[in-house]
Amino acid sequence: MTATVADAPVRAETVTLGRVVRFEVVKLVAQWRIRLVLVACLVAPALYSAVVSRQTSLPADAVYGRLMDQSGWAGSLTILVSLGTLLLPLLTSVVAGDIFAVEDRLGTWRHVLVAVRSPRRVFIAKTIAALTVTLTLLGCLLVSSAAGGLLSIGSHPLPGLDGHQLGSGELARTVVLSWLTLVAPTLAFSAVGLLGSVALGRSPLGLLAPVGLALVLMGVQVMPVPVALRVALPMNAFISYRGLLTEPMQLDALWIGLLVCLSWTALATLLAYRLFVRRDFTDLANDGSARRFLVTGLVPLVGLAGLTTVLVATTTGATGSGIDRPKLEDAVSRSFANLYVLQTERLHRPAVTVDELQASAECDKGGDLVEDEGAGSGWRCTVRWTLPGSTAVGTAVYQLDVRPEGRFVADGDGPKEVNGFFQVRGPAGDAPNPLWQFDGVVDLLDTPTKGQQ
Amino acid sequence: MRPTTAVRARTVTKTFGDVIALDGVDLDVPAGQIHGLVGPNGAGKTTLLALVLGLAAVDGGTLEILGSAVGATRAGGVAGFVDGPGLYPTLTARQNLTTLARLRGHDQGRRAQVEELLERVGLDDVADDRVRGFSLGMRQRLGLAAALLGDPRLLVLDEPANGLDPAGKRRVHEVLADLADHGTTVLLSSHRMDDLAALCDEVTLLSVGRAVFTGPVSKLASESGRLDYRLVTSDPPGTRRIAAGLPALTLLPSTGRAGASADDQALVVRGAGGALDDLVVRLVGAGIALRELGPVVSPLEAAFLALTGADADADTEEPPR
Repeated sequence: MTATVADAPVRAETVTLGRVVRFEVVKLVAQWRIRLVLVACLVAPALYSAVVSRQTSLPADAVYGRLMDQSGWAGSLTILVSLGTLLLPLLTSVVAGDIFAVEDRLGTWRHVLVAVRSPRRVFIAKTIAALTVTLTLLGCLLVSSAAGGLLSIGSHPLPGLDGHQLGSGELARTVVLSWLTLVAPTLAFSAVGLLGSVALGRSPLGLLAPVGLALVLMGVQVMPVPVALRVALPMNAFISYRGLLTEPMQLDALWIGLLVCLSWTALATLLAYRLFVRRDFTDLANDGSARRFLVTGLVPLVGLAGLTTVLVATTTGATGSGIDRPKLEDAVSRSFANLYVLQTERLHRPAVTVDELQASAECDKGGDLVEDEGAGSGWRCTVRWTLPGSTAVGTAVYQLDVRPEGRFVADGDGPKEVNGFFQVRGPAGDAPNPLWQFDGVVDLLDTPTKGQQ
Repeated sequence: MRPTTAVRARTVTKTFGDVIALDGVDLDVPAGQIHGLVGPNGAGKTTLLALVLGLAAVDGGTLEILGSAVGATRAGGVAGFVDGPGLYPTLTARQNLTTLARLRGHDQGRRAQVEELLERVGLDDVADDRVRGFSLGMRQRLGLAAALLGDPRLLVLDEPANGLDPAGKRRVHEVLADLADHGTTVLLSSHRMDDLAALCDEVTLLSVGRAVFTGPVSKLASESGRLDYRLVTSDPPGTRRIAAGLPALTLLPSTGRAGASADDQALVVRGAGGALDDLVVRLVGAGIALRELGPVVSPLEAAFLALTGADADADTEEPPR
């Protein structure tokens, strides 16, 4: 059977990156788990938007939740809120957190490496495949959530988070842009998923790395931590889209979130790459360890969080909670004025402009014994305004629940003619009262206001 | 000058931390040969196959595959598997092969080759079934088909007969023999000496990371030297006396040996073929009927045990009675 003549030396054929990416995507999409998630992303948001927007009880706790019955875009924005909690980290866990570990579980590493002949190319292809699938899921969520709301309610204007009116076209652009801001944190959590998947091998801990990180960061978010630390963590990038819904836009947190997320993406991916290309695939027992994940993964990322916190504090000068009385008074008075104009339109009263109202607010937190600073539900604001041609000063009182991330809910506390009822009665019938309860946002990094103190 | 050696290893070493997996292994596998690697667990077979497949670099020595030194660049024309065939359970048999063919860029004639390979390994009737429902033997055959995509010139297989039923094993043997006939070199490992005897032109016996024998299977059998034979006669005490009188034979305790039990009348003797002939002649001369005579283990297995030192513990001599 022995041949006497063999051919010339053979060089390795090149398996192009595109082919490896396609190979990885096919394997991912063949998993029932991914298919199930894809179907859920296509169906669930549309159903939620369509059904909930028709209900009398709306999810008022979520930003734009109470406005879901007024515009189809509100449903999409409401779902955007839930993505920033655990949903997107969970998606990245399912896709990126398992893309390397699955080969360990199936014992297919040697098969892949023999076929591709380049661990580097395998890593890049798996990363691209995971991100492609994750971003596709994100796209499905956007399309589905918008479609459900628009089909159910239609495209109508909505107030921004400072009360200014967003027309349908501007609203559509802003909603899409808001969803696009989720790409950066999605990349960051995906990179952490890749790192967990490479470092922990077949252990389910690797699969849960992005969710674990999200839980830890959510814990940090609800605590009264310094604003520099808050915006220097990738979790904050999930909510920085709120700055797009004000005029002028609050973009500092958004840009910082973008840079932070890209830093996390780069570092976590680099760490995962180093671990992967240094792995000895002939050693069967060597598929990952928690110690390796801690030393080579977690410690550098914690270091990065510390570094970005110092950088944010240094470059923005932001200290404390980022929430103080002048900022809150400015935000409440501006929102009130914008929404008063809207209420005037709905009541078909003589038109008035924001400037003509000369609205101002005076806020206090918990009386004289409590410092007027930071988040909490003890804020109470009195808004004053005047109407053109009148010397009388109108007043309205609001109870505020201010969250640590800068969002507040203002609940009308009288007089009843202004903010006492959730609906107003105009010549054309009943309409939602925009001044009854409204959401707003404080720019945590807005230092000039502090300078005016 | 064209190389006639598909695999050429010189003093190859590979370590994992403090563990020396390969310790100066030399190996020559001529092109077109079916070459077997055999050895006890931990001997270094899988490590050597993994190095040939390019899954890791050697720590010392040189390794040439199909005429190219294996180092930073990996030789092409090599396919196979170690530690199982490496298939994706969520894909069907056909999808496994198709996606792999696409990956390797065999777009031209891909479908035809996939169909031909499925038929060749006897899986054409389950081609659209998901692999998760396959038996180990079916996975092995599909793994072989996957390795054959793109017509490799060197096929590396780790325990390819694992889990195969007799029919499946025969089919795999036919495929491998056919490949070798057409010039493909096959390097495989197995624990099954009968598989190696049936398939391989030459074998290399590894023990604790060293090659202790390389050559034809027939030569390995002759390396066994003194074999253990089980005897059943009409007069066991008489047989013992006669066997004890032959210095070239050693009487061994039969208890615990393969083919023996504590209560039977069998004897186990160790010796070369000539000494056994002498014993048989004497038994016949003494009027003792020989009812059963055969080696306790096959010559190949005996050679394996002898060369790897695995039989050392069984070398206790029973005093003649």
